[in-house]
Amino acid sequence: MHLILFIIFAVFCIAGAILVIVLRSPVASAISLIFVMCAIAGLFALVGALFVAALQVIVYAGAVMVLFLFVIMLLNIKEELITTDEKRLTRYLGSALGLAFVLEIAYFVRRGLAFGSSSLYLPVPKEFASIELISTGIFTKYLLAFEMTSILLLVAIVGAIMLARGKGRRDT
Amino acid sequence: MISLPIINFSVIYPEIIILVTAIAVLIADLFIKGDRRAPISLIALAGIIMAAFAIHAQWGANVSGFSGAIIVDNYALLFKYIFLVGALLTLFLSVWYLQREELFSGEYFFFILISIVGMMILSSSNELITAFLGLEIMSIPLYLLAGFDKGKLRSNEAALKYLLMGAFASGFLIYGIAFIYGSMGTTNFDEIVRALSSDSLDTDPLILIGISMIVIGFAFKTAFVPFHSWVPDVYTGAPTPVTAFFSIAPKAAGFAILFRLLTVAFSPIFVNLSTMLWVLAVLTMSVGNLIALTQRNIKRMLAYSSIAHAGYILVSLAIGTSKGTEAGLFYLLAYTAMNAGAFGMVILLGHKGEDDLTISSYGGLSRRHPVAAATMSLFMFSLAGIPPTAGFIGKFNIFSNAISAGFIWLAIIGVINSVISVYYYLRVIITMYMKPEADSVTTVTYPPSLLVAIILAAWGTLHIGLFPNGWLLFIRESVVGLYQAL
Amino acid sequence: MLESFFPILILFLLATITPAVMLILPKILAKRESDPVKDAPYECGIPAEGDARERFPIKFYLIAILFLLFDIEAVFLYPWAVIYRKLGVFGLVEMVVFIVILLIGYLYVIKKGALRWQ
Repeated sequence: MHLILFIIFAVFCIAGAILVIVLRSPVASAISLIFVMCAIAGLFALVGALFVAALQVIVYAGAVMVLFLFVIMLLNIKEELITTDEKRLTRYLGSALGLAFVLEIAYFVRRGLAFGSSSLYLPVPKEFASIELISTGIFTKYLLAFEMTSILLLVAIVGAIMLARGKGRRDT
Repeated sequence: MISLPIINFSVIYPEIIILVTAIAVLIADLFIKGDRRAPISLIALAGIIMAAFAIHAQWGANVSGFSGAIIVDNYALLFKYIFLVGALLTLFLSVWYLQREELFSGEYFFFILISIVGMMILSSSNELITAFLGLEIMSIPLYLLAGFDKGKLRSNEAALKYLLMGAFASGFLIYGIAFIYGSMGTTNFDEIVRALSSDSLDTDPLILIGISMIVIGFAFKTAFVPFHSWVPDVYTGAPTPVTAFFSIAPKAAGFAILFRLLTVAFSPIFVNLSTMLWVLAVLTMSVGNLIALTQRNIKRMLAYSSIAHAGYILVSLAIGTSKGTEAGLFYLLAYTAMNAGAFGMVILLGHKGEDDLTISSYGGLSRRHPVAAATMSLFMFSLAGIPPTAGFIGKFNIFSNAISAGFIWLAIIGVINSVISVYYYLRVIITMYMKPEADSVTTVTYPPSLLVAIILAAWGTLHIGLFPNGWLLFIRESVVGLYQAL
Repeated sequence: MLESFFPILILFLLATITPAVMLILPKILAKRESDPVKDAPYECGIPAEGDARERFPIKFYLIAILFLLFDIEAVFLYPWAVIYRKLGVFGLVEMVVFIVILLIGYLYVIKKGALRWQ
């Protein structure tokens, strides 16, 4: 059952990701991205990280995608104005390098598994990624990181308002 | 009941001071209107000075806090001094510029200060998650500062490019951290160094992927070639004091974490990483210097030159010994002074709107403004590494250490590069002294705040160059504790 | 543990299949002929002028991004709520620090009038 579900989510995930870059309409791309996000949430749930799965849906599939769609509407790019990169070389080179990167990682992961010394083989603790474990981590061991997040959010708030409000000085 | 962590708040006093100052600046900006906002910069100044005292009080300490996430040692404190000096110089460079360009607002100082908080955390972080958050707190204000001149297209372009590249780099970084955590089960530097042995890479190749990606993530921030593509446009498009800030503080912060991460936390496998750093150093020095040769815009030239200078510091990182680290830190100190000075002169000699920043616009400057021309020459000499300036001692230190550590080819390539760099730095001086006057007559005014920054920078450049021993001892004192545990 | 999610899986499948069927069936069953008039937004009415896809004022975006930021703030309250009894006063203090820093952001939002709709 796990395997079947994993395959379903993985296929959704990869197919969605491919659609994001292949589809020409920005809105359609964004919708496929929501698919990807939901599928990733499913993958998280499969390994028992339920809290992260919920966050994935609430924050990414919900809030972040709203921002994506807003940006698309703000820019309002007409479909005929979207020019694809005509430089063939960069496109092929980019794909080739991307593929090489994936293969590299796959090779190393495979080697790591073959050696078996990697903690990838360590059994997952029973309470792994339970919300209580995450909470305890955030509020004790990673307390500083938690408080730093609020600084990050504060800067983001001020920055968003600074950029979005008021007119620029001049237009050159 | 959950066992509560040992916090030890005192380890982040300087950070708290700067954070509170930043918030005070922000609130002051909300309640003070219009032209009466000039004192806001004084609040920032007071905060920086208080934080410097807090750092001074911590000097000599070696304590960790927040469950080992933060460590305060002389090494971190030295970097915090560098950040504060960078912020101080930027403050003095900015005030007049912001008024000239009608950009004065409290948010500017808020962003600078918050960015400094991020850098301070980055320099004393002893754990990867904390380092990542420190990097983000540092970077997000930087993106905003790059786009601070909202009405200018170039500034918008700079902000967008920087944001996209920065986000990309963060992706690499967090992916690398995930690999390290996945294969070692910890993100704490002390635990990493204990878990590693010299053959760790053979038994667990994932560590290599992890650390490479982390290096890539930080390499974007410190602008190593081939992760430098954002630098010229961002440096040219951002307001000039912001560019000065970019070239000093975030670069130092990136090196702060790289030295600690590579030569301390990953010291058991440093031999394997050294080759990667070797290649990065050669690329960074050579590409930076060669492209700088062809630049006509002074900011663009300084952008490429800052890439090249990161390459020299990379040489000292590739050495990987405590001597190498000392040389690198000394160079950072010298670089901070001379680069801030060079950008200060660019601000001083610029017009409102900064439409014309070509080097040729400095033609004949020596006849009309001999002092300005001489000061600019001092900074150019130092950047080129000509005695008796700070740049010379810095480069000498790095290359002699590289040779004694057996990196002979690296030192030779470095020396060739600094010879190349002399050409484009001297071109500025030749333009000022030997070329006919430019058509657009530069009217130079001497605002006091800007002069303070330039005089400070000039003093630093000369003092480090003439009396390097005190500075060298100061740096030795700060590096010594870093390698004690190894 | 995952077994308890079985109803959600069923719901998920239903939610995927139903719209798919609803979209595909008419394509097969219904006869479609289209002409410019039929494709117009109002087939029998005033001809549409311009495009419905206008550029949005940035105000909408600002509201959305502020929502997102405070949403993330709220996300941290969930794990805190799970263990705040165990953390005691310590937990209260750390959450107060977190919220106060963000409240300053909120003060900034209000004072700058970012939520005012002019």
